[in-house]
Amino acid sequence: MSAQNLTIVQAVRDGLYTEMNLDDEVLVMGEDVGKNGGVFRATEGLWDEFGDDRVIDTPLAESGIIGTAVGMAAMGLKPVPEIQFSGFMYPGFDQIVSHMSRFRTRTRGRYTLPMVLRAPYGGGIRAPESHSESKEMFYAHEAGLKVVIPSTPYDTKGLLISAIRDPDPVVFLEPKLIYRAFRGEVPEEDYTVPIGEAAVRREGSDVSVFTYGAMTRPTLEAVENLEEEGIDAEVVDLRSISPLDRETIVESFKKTGRAVVVHEAPKTGGLGGEITAIIQEEALLYQEAPVKRVAGYDVPYPLYALEDYYLPSVARVEDGIREAVNF
Amino acid sequence: MSVLQRDPQDQVRVLDEDGTVVGEVPDIDDETLVDMYRNMRLARHFDTRAVSLQRQGRMGTYPPLSGQEGAQIGSAIALEEDDWMVPSYREHGAALLRGLPLKQTLLYWMGHEKGNEMPEGVNLFPPAVPIASQIPHATGAGWSFKLRGEEDKAVLCYFGDGATSEGDFHEGLNFAGVFDTPNVFFCNNNQWAISVPRERQTASETIAQKAAAYGIDGVQVDGMDPLAVYAVTKAALEKARNPGEGEGRPTLIEAVQYRFGAHTTADDPTVYRDDEEVEKWKAKDPIPRLEAFLRETGRLDDEKVEEIEAEIKQRVADAIEAAESDPRPEPSDMFDYAYDERTPEIQAQYEEFEALREKVGDEGFLRE
Repeated sequence: MSAQNLTIVQAVRDGLYTEMNLDDEVLVMGEDVGKNGGVFRATEGLWDEFGDDRVIDTPLAESGIIGTAVGMAAMGLKPVPEIQFSGFMYPGFDQIVSHMSRFRTRTRGRYTLPMVLRAPYGGGIRAPESHSESKEMFYAHEAGLKVVIPSTPYDTKGLLISAIRDPDPVVFLEPKLIYRAFRGEVPEEDYTVPIGEAAVRREGSDVSVFTYGAMTRPTLEAVENLEEEGIDAEVVDLRSISPLDRETIVESFKKTGRAVVVHEAPKTGGLGGEITAIIQEEALLYQEAPVKRVAGYDVPYPLYALEDYYLPSVARVEDGIREAVNF
Repeated sequence: MSVLQRDPQDQVRVLDEDGTVVGEVPDIDDETLVDMYRNMRLARHFDTRAVSLQRQGRMGTYPPLSGQEGAQIGSAIALEEDDWMVPSYREHGAALLRGLPLKQTLLYWMGHEKGNEMPEGVNLFPPAVPIASQIPHATGAGWSFKLRGEEDKAVLCYFGDGATSEGDFHEGLNFAGVFDTPNVFFCNNNQWAISVPRERQTASETIAQKAAAYGIDGVQVDGMDPLAVYAVTKAALEKARNPGEGEGRPTLIEAVQYRFGAHTTADDPTVYRDDEEVEKWKAKDPIPRLEAFLRETGRLDDEKVEEIEAEIKQRVADAIEAAESDPRPEPSDMFDYAYDERTPEIQAQYEEFEALREKVGDEGFLRE
């Protein structure tokens, strides 16, 4: 396979382009996705390539975008609606939870929705109010949806293609903090990364650190720093938070007996609690220390003057890992 | 000239309240006319029996349709075979015409998801409970036909007057206007959104005039006049499939009507509306109205009416019998349809459920 060196947002674009080329039923729709190429340029050039009927600039209406995509998908098209920022998904929330997630169940599989709802999410880019929240658990809590959050360019393309080919609806959340933070090798051809499988980014024996999305980077950095202190940490990037790869979580924990979960979503009701429960259910007797959660705080996401204090930093992650190891 | 070419406040009518012809009778064959009558009678009888089943505890909460047969049957009978229907939750009569067996409507309201399992070739969406949420789906479905060049298909979408207050009504119609999709939006304006009157939904003089805001055609029709409903729906569907020069595809139809009963069997309409109003609207009952016309024009007589009566009673009785004797849903069903394949977590929960069921038996779960 020939490869290119792409950022995450370029990998999104490449994934869309690749799959649209292979499958005429795939179309992209949303606000500013056409001529403008998307406010983050995730759909750049697609309109020139595929035209008005497959790259559709819609009215500014999130419920309309998601609701019409539901109707299209029920009829067999594979729409990939984009919501410009995940903070604006709420006007379409009713369509997501009342229909997108339930259509298959409601009709006993007679109608399925092969659609992918994409949105950039998360903080750290000095954005205005309502542009930075990390509310992925709303969707992970909703049966009938799959929720995917990539952290590398390679995974982004492979997971996005898997999501488009998936017969079930997928919420595909893109960590915008790392949209352009680094580049990685991405094959030009089509390939898939399976939804529901975590990736062990670093093997280690002292403590398991579970994370995903933009927090993978500070986590890896923290772990590297702690190596000098003699701490050998394993880092698991979950990649999809629904379905969750319980097996890899449990396996890793059994090996290390200690766990830290890092996410930018608020601590209460965040994925950290779920992972803690999985460990309690399946590996209690291996446990050497309480599970430490390094997470966003249970406060409204602050305006950006304070967002660095809100988001888990390298030092916070380091501190959390030390606490788990030194218990 | 198309019946749609008129002021949205100028209500289309064909039959007077006593069945006298006051407008242009649509071009419709005798058999279809009698079929219209038969299905309206069937829907009314079904409805009466369904309410009774709920009262007897044999069915869950049910939304009655009586009074709305003219709008439902008159519109649904105008669909072509390849068209699609997107209903709200009250269109039992319309769904029947689209091909959903009565047994399945009963099963749905008896709490079985199997009621929504559309038979192959039945171009019908499942009932949508959140108000107006089905309207964007209808636009999306119509849009998909346009994108695929399937120009022989149109979508008929039903909703009530309350739905026109929701954002999804606006968004669905707005998209339809912008993308010129083959959609007919059919508002069953039955005057009440549970207990809140139509005047509390909108300060617009008519609902039909809202079409102007989306750049689409709007037409108001007497919703208790099945022939008028048929005429406007037929014209709107034809335009959706094959618009004339300079014409847009989508249309908003406001069918002015009344629900005789409650919003659902869970509310008591005597609390919020008076008998006088109900009586006034009962005088417009679509069934005797069409019957008078059909008798007057020699298409129906006592003998035929008796035959229809016997037939519909039998059909409804058979459907109730079939629904009630249908095996209860398998408990494992709830694990089967969330995803194309069970996720590992759902599989684990399913296994735990089955193991517990083995241990405590079904009686360990059941409340009765």
